[in-house]
Amino acid sequence: MGGYKVNMSTLDRFEIHEHDVLVIGAGGAGLRAAIEASANGVSVGLVCKSLLGKAHTVMAEGGIAAAVGNVDKQDNWQTHFKDTMKGGKFLNNYRMAQLHAQEAPERVLELERWGALFDRTSEGTILQRPFGGHSYKRLCHVGDRTGLEMIRTLQDKGVHMGINVYMECTITRLLKEDGKISGAFGYWRETGRFVIFKAKAIILATGGVGKAYKVTSNSWEYTADGQLLAYDAGAELIDTEFIQFHPTGMIWPPGVIGILVTEAVRGEGGILRNKDGYRFMEKYDPERMELSTRDVVARSIYIENKEGRGSPHGGAFLDISHKGAEYIKKKLPSMYHQFKELADVDITTGPMEVGPTCHYSMGGVKVDADSTATSIPGLYAAGEVAGGMHGANRLGGNSLSDLLVFGRRAGLYAAEYAKKNKATLNINEDEIANAEKSIVVFFEQDGGENPYTVHRDLQELMQNKVGIFRVEDDLKFAINELKSLKERAAKVKIEGSRMYNPGWHMAYDLQSMVIYSEAIAKCALQRKESRGAHSRLDYPNTDPEHGKWNSLVKKANDGSLIVEKSPLPEMPGELKQLLEDKKVAAKI
Amino acid sequence: MNKEESQSQISSGDKKVRIATFKVYRGDREKGNEVEYKVPVEEGMVVLDAIHYIQKNISPDLAVRWNCKAAKCGSCSAEVNGKPRLMCKTRLDDFDINEEIKVYPMKSFPIIKDLACDVSWNYEVNKKITPFTPKENTTWKMNQRDIDRVQEFRKCIECFACQNVCHVIREHDLKPKFAGPRFFVRVAGLEMHPLDDVDRLEALKDDMGIGFCNITKCCTEVCPEDIHITDNAIIPLKERVVDRYYDPVRMFFRKIFKKK
Repeated sequence: MGGYKVNMSTLDRFEIHEHDVLVIGAGGAGLRAAIEASANGVSVGLVCKSLLGKAHTVMAEGGIAAAVGNVDKQDNWQTHFKDTMKGGKFLNNYRMAQLHAQEAPERVLELERWGALFDRTSEGTILQRPFGGHSYKRLCHVGDRTGLEMIRTLQDKGVHMGINVYMECTITRLLKEDGKISGAFGYWRETGRFVIFKAKAIILATGGVGKAYKVTSNSWEYTADGQLLAYDAGAELIDTEFIQFHPTGMIWPPGVIGILVTEAVRGEGGILRNKDGYRFMEKYDPERMELSTRDVVARSIYIENKEGRGSPHGGAFLDISHKGAEYIKKKLPSMYHQFKELADVDITTGPMEVGPTCHYSMGGVKVDADSTATSIPGLYAAGEVAGGMHGANRLGGNSLSDLLVFGRRAGLYAAEYAKKNKATLNINEDEIANAEKSIVVFFEQDGGENPYTVHRDLQELMQNKVGIFRVEDDLKFAINELKSLKERAAKVKIEGSRMYNPGWHMAYDLQSMVIYSEAIAKCALQRKESRGAHSRLDYPNTDPEHGKWNSLVKKANDGSLIVEKSPLPEMPGELKQLLEDKKVAAKI
Repeated sequence: MNKEESQSQISSGDKKVRIATFKVYRGDREKGNEVEYKVPVEEGMVVLDAIHYIQKNISPDLAVRWNCKAAKCGSCSAEVNGKPRLMCKTRLDDFDINEEIKVYPMKSFPIIKDLACDVSWNYEVNKKITPFTPKENTTWKMNQRDIDRVQEFRKCIECFACQNVCHVIREHDLKPKFAGPRFFVRVAGLEMHPLDDVDRLEALKDDMGIGFCNITKCCTEVCPEDIHITDNAIIPLKERVVDRYYDPVRMFFRKIFKKK
């Protein structure tokens, strides 16, 4: 970048903060990263769009996958690694999957040492439950509110470490100097005033992109912020076509559509039936049944509906009532309340009606497995915003462990990088002027649409054309439509002031979602096969040739989005051997 | 789209659609007023859905906090017809749809704008609580029956409805001296953790003002997580404080030995 360096006094009108490491996002990955960086002796700022403790991690229910072997003693990291690779249809970054499986147990025990209280075995150790795609009972959990326990533990640990938390602040641009990270620009949601953070290293921990879909378990925050900050700064994205549809979301009444029904219901013995009472997973994955991987279960429910055997509102019945009221209220208390209060259904006496809901993005920013570094010096990414770890499909429970393992690594390596880079940070005034202009422009464009209208159209398009099942014509149609959505999004008009204005916030978030949606659709078109969460009706089989590359997304010099294929890194022999066991394959 | 246009669209549309009337507080801490919105009712709709409808179709600048929409994050606390509720959990079926529904921000905290208020004081209180400090040389084994009661406290989603409704904060505004029910729940979770090794009773008495609580149980009534705040957290903590500091025998010994 270089460019004209201004005397800071000309930037006086801005509020400026300076830290060695700035973490963007305060869910599990961001908090864990901030804790680690702080423990390594650097000054840490933590920025989040919501209040602290409200990030999406709080909604994670089922548990943290870690081979601590408390319940099934034969479990070990090798089996966890193997399960993760199988679940990801071998497209995972093997090194990430390895580090994840090896380090997850220590990260869970660490949470306990920081005050987390997991459910216990009769021996007094951390209890583990079975989950889809995991060979053993592996998920360390607290009823069905594991994410809350995790985020509260990290939050309480973090606030006593001197981390500066900047709540309700949105970062809209990363700043660079000589090609390296030098800071970030953003606005306070409350006042609409701008703020500059000078930082030697930045960790992206902003989560996923689920708000691009109509039926989603994701909150308003999930708008591909981090992915686009990285992409705009010149980093690469990988595997964006892989969007996980969680098989069990609520589908009735209309107000609750998409709200997650934890996989723990199936982990605790829940059975899926179609309208005829047939346990249809017998047909699609007789070996693993309801505990098959999420991609398979979601497709099974979809096919049952397509063939006319769905539940009244287009899903399936999930029944846990045979386990008895006391057990259900103890192990799945929030599911009990959720259905009782929002749907008038008592899950201790009858089935829930469920269907697929957009849940997770396997793809994201391309990172180095060990350090979480992106291709931009000083920029790191951890958690859902990063790609590679989960390949073509994520196993339940592997997200919370991913956040802990790679959150810690991001904090560690970003702190090391910051310590080595002692140079003073300069801010380029032109860059600031551009950043400022690009977000106030929405107040000035006459005749533009309401951003919510454009968002609704984006969600419809992605849901219908780039959803669970994909086909070439739909994808081409979507890519074309996205061009006009991009233009409409750029022209939206915002009313009112900059003070706590959700319409304005949406206007900015919308730009990121539209571009990331283009990345999803273009990579989905490029991958002419079905693999994991990516199902092509026109290419229904998994093609070994396509298992040799990851999708790669870059911003071209002319600003256009290009997709390429990037060869999978070669796996070392000892890991290959682990995978040569008999392969369990589902029938769809 | 302005308010009038959108309302006429609703009424000229499908005749079968039921319309609810919402009166929502619009404004900041200096000035504000109630604004009326007409919202079409869908089956199973919650108050937060109505607020979202208003945002999307009538007033995109209506400020509101929300995240999960599933009663797990505690962001969307407000006062619906004067009662502190999570908007995502408050169904329209609970009201007579022919009568207007009033939605106001939480009363005990300064308003930022519309339904969003400044809850930062709570985060300041939390920082002052001595964190979990484990006993030395523990094996980390715990019985489920020993942690059941602590797990109840850890269900708290920090919606701050209990803080909002507590008389000590709401009517008497003793904020600097009084930590509030949320943080008694947090301290109870730490004090009753089987492996915690720190004593927070002095802080409870002096800094957190637990004595101000006169156990009216308003906090328990509004807790969306059904935590028995008064019975299981506050009363046992009060008892511990009383045993330590107000027990006549102990007071006598303290006087003699001049110990605290």
